[in-house]
Amino acid sequence: MSAGPADPGRARGAGVGGGAGRDGWEAVIGLEIHVQLSTRTKMFCGCEVTFGEPPNTHVCPVCLGHPGVLPVTNEKAVEYATRIALALDCRIAKRTIFHRKNYFYPDLPKAYQISQYDLPLGVGGHLDVERDDGSILRVGITRVHLEEDAGKLVHAGGASGRIDGADYSLVDFNRGGTPLVEIVSEPDISTPDEARACVMQLRNLVEQLGVSDVNMEEGSLRCDANVSVRRPGDPFGTKTELKNMNSFRFLQRGLEAEIERQIAALESGERIVQETVHFDPATGTVSTLRSKEEAHDYRYFPEPDLPPIELADAFVERVRASLPELPAARKERLMAQYGLSSKEAGLLAANKPLGDYFEGLAAAAGDVRTSANWVLGDFSAHLNAAGLEVAQSPVTVDRLAELLGLVSRGTLSGKMAKEVFEAMAGTGKPAGEIVAEKGLGQISDAGELEAIVVRLVAANPGPAEEFRRGRERVLGFFVGQVMKETRGQANPQLVNELLRRHLGGPGG
Amino acid sequence: MARIDVTGLTAHGCRDLLAGGDASAVELTRAYLDRIAAVDGSVQAYLTVDEEGALSAAAAVDAKPRRERLPWEGVPIALKDILCVKGMETTCASRILKGYVPPYDATVIAKLRAAGLVFLGKLNMDEFAMGSSTENSAFQTTRNPWDLDRVPGGSSGGSAACVAAAEAPWALGSDTGGSIRQPASLCGVVGLKPTYGAVSRYGLVAFASSLDQIGPLTHDVRDAAALLDLIAGRDPRDSTSTGLRGPAGVPARAGLEGLRFGVIKEYLGDACEQGVLEVFESAVKTVGALGGVCDEVSLPSVERGVAAYYLIAPSEASSNLARYDGVRYGYRHAPSEDLYDMYVRTRSEGFGAEVKRRIMIGTYALSAGYYDAYYAQAQRTRTLIIQDFTAAFQRFDYLISPTSPTVAFKLGERIADPLAMYLSDLCTIPVNLAALPAVSIPAGFAAGLPVGLQIIGPHFSEPGMLDAAYALERRLKVDTVAPLAAGPGVSSAEGER
Repeated sequence: MSAGPADPGRARGAGVGGGAGRDGWEAVIGLEIHVQLSTRTKMFCGCEVTFGEPPNTHVCPVCLGHPGVLPVTNEKAVEYATRIALALDCRIAKRTIFHRKNYFYPDLPKAYQISQYDLPLGVGGHLDVERDDGSILRVGITRVHLEEDAGKLVHAGGASGRIDGADYSLVDFNRGGTPLVEIVSEPDISTPDEARACVMQLRNLVEQLGVSDVNMEEGSLRCDANVSVRRPGDPFGTKTELKNMNSFRFLQRGLEAEIERQIAALESGERIVQETVHFDPATGTVSTLRSKEEAHDYRYFPEPDLPPIELADAFVERVRASLPELPAARKERLMAQYGLSSKEAGLLAANKPLGDYFEGLAAAAGDVRTSANWVLGDFSAHLNAAGLEVAQSPVTVDRLAELLGLVSRGTLSGKMAKEVFEAMAGTGKPAGEIVAEKGLGQISDAGELEAIVVRLVAANPGPAEEFRRGRERVLGFFVGQVMKETRGQANPQLVNELLRRHLGGPGG
Repeated sequence: MARIDVTGLTAHGCRDLLAGGDASAVELTRAYLDRIAAVDGSVQAYLTVDEEGALSAAAAVDAKPRRERLPWEGVPIALKDILCVKGMETTCASRILKGYVPPYDATVIAKLRAAGLVFLGKLNMDEFAMGSSTENSAFQTTRNPWDLDRVPGGSSGGSAACVAAAEAPWALGSDTGGSIRQPASLCGVVGLKPTYGAVSRYGLVAFASSLDQIGPLTHDVRDAAALLDLIAGRDPRDSTSTGLRGPAGVPARAGLEGLRFGVIKEYLGDACEQGVLEVFESAVKTVGALGGVCDEVSLPSVERGVAAYYLIAPSEASSNLARYDGVRYGYRHAPSEDLYDMYVRTRSEGFGAEVKRRIMIGTYALSAGYYDAYYAQAQRTRTLIIQDFTAAFQRFDYLISPTSPTVAFKLGERIADPLAMYLSDLCTIPVNLAALPAVSIPAGFAAGLPVGLQIIGPHFSEPGMLDAAYALERRLKVDTVAPLAAGPGVSSAEGER
């Protein structure tokens, strides 16, 4: 499944990018992404889906694989998987079936995983990924299917951290049976940068669908990669399956390390073996397992305990109609509706909470340009600096709108507003309170300023006379005096007007 | 209170005794426990007798005013040891599940509990229901009550022998390729395999998921219909269950006028014993005498049924039995060198020879490169068999055949020859492959041993099929209680009470 000549990913030629490549080699990367669905209950039983609970507290005979139990498909999980497949522009199967994937491992209680094989829920989709330079890479989506998660193993003793060599191993089945959606991409990705951008894009998409927490650190989003390298124009090389990359940084570093390893091996005349490769975040290196467990024949066959799922057109259309606005469509709309640049709209569309924040602010504050500048400027910087999600920031849409109102009414200067924003973000207090506490508001009260002006003109008859005789420079002296009296908070324009009126201009 | 004679007592008879106040539930239960104590030393049908649980359940029934009781409340029943009963050891007659106590009730068990039945205990079987003689039990050899040197059939041999020996008024078994009907035939009782999906499989330890069905073994057709109605129904826990379209009710048909019966030609060949053929031909005449019309019908594909079955069933079994890995419950070899060593030793020591044979056949049939030639080909054969039956039911209301090509064979006679053993299910296997209902009723005797007649119906035809079986049963008048004396070496408690 090679990409066509029009594919910009290929057109960039030999550069592997991301610092991993060498001249004359190109990497071919396909991704296998597992998304843990945020359904209330597990895939085939009524146990609650949880995270971080005491071991084996959310289990039942079904998800423990007791003799005689039977699976019952979670309809919500089918709906969620359909949402994902539709959002990736997949064709939805009219009739889809589950298969059993047979293998022995202690975290797999039935010794088979109920998964999908040759009739997956969705096939033939794509995801448009924006590269760092703003160009678009279209990544084909081979298939989207549903399956159940395994439990978690903890190995005690032994240096390897693996089951062989451990003194004993413990199994926690709380996670066992959690619904997973597996998304398999075409090998359309050429660099670790593109891979990272692709997974980020996918994460944002799935997040907006509201079907998963998509948290890589907690494992609700997991990513494996099939990697091979070749000389440009050659057929695909032998691929390896790279696992255990549980952050975006590790994904990128793992791919860089594996591409480097393969190139080095090939250049020294070795052959690449098709096998599973593990990334070790601690050392930044990759290692192969080559254990006897590697020779898998999963003996897939149709799951006889579950009848086929017929996905009626009406169901698919109902799910399609319920989809939120997806990033690509939102970007177009943000550009058309608010006149934002492609880059601005792209940033806001990729991050749903930020996009919502912007649209809320634009509506409340009334000034689109100012709103966009604030959201993408100071507000985003504040989130990044504090490591916060949009919803966690004390500066809500209403509070930022209040601040922008103070600026537009002339109460605060732009410079002061930034200072007030810092304080709002730091203390969680509203703008008005901070302005009052710090005495920061501009004095735009004509009466208050007039009294000061009258007093100063009377107190300085010499300079006043000079001004009246035509020495325009003397006005600056008076402005400085007013500012000194008001600690700089006087509205300068108003001060000018009042001074001229009370000094009486030359010939005035 | 007169002592209750349980020999010949049906479940309906039990119900009448309780309803009429002629026996308390405790007295009835005690009578069966006494019978078990008297004869089970020779028959060895039971793996577990739950005397305490049965008596306390019976006492709870007696404590209720009679008018508040449900129809079958207080009637005892025995259960094949493949059905999960919460708190009661369930082994599937396998070392690998020795000591396993399920934390939940099978759906059929929950239904029977709710109906107030009293569970006497768990019955012997071929390990994981794989076999046709019950000799593959890891624990004991069950004997045919009609001749203690012969097998009771299998895999529900304990269930069939227990009813024939009057050690329970009725019992539940399971049928994957004939495991209810064949032992019913060999022990001279009624055995019903319902339409696939009529009865929930939740809590039935899986052998071959697409073929397994739970069903009754009883003294007569009315009991079978009643027990079917107690256990049938769609179950949200079993996505393949559908329930029946209507209750079987109380069969009452007197004649067979207006019904057309197809006699399956392929089942009357060389594999069929002469004595069995004679009984069968006589039964065909009886059908005619009752007003039914019999005609020969050919279902060419059924001759490939055994071959297809011995690929499909082991394939599913190889996956279903993979969970017995020593990790969570059941037998575990310890200490082990590593994970692989634990798996290999646990399963090598925990499973018997026939189970291992079928796991290996199934693993092979599903392997990459062989799947299409074996598993997929067997599924295509299954489709042909379904088509043959569908065509036959265009012409006939029911199909009839001998249930088993032979009468009960001697213990040990076929244990060394798996292929000969597999042919015991020649006439029953295609019914499972086509998901059809079928009932075996006693049709007579050959050389003093029972011979069963199989009646096969279209999907969900149980009410009509049992009606026809009832009419035939009434005319055939075959005794279903083995003339069994208390065996040697049995500590009979009868005299003490």
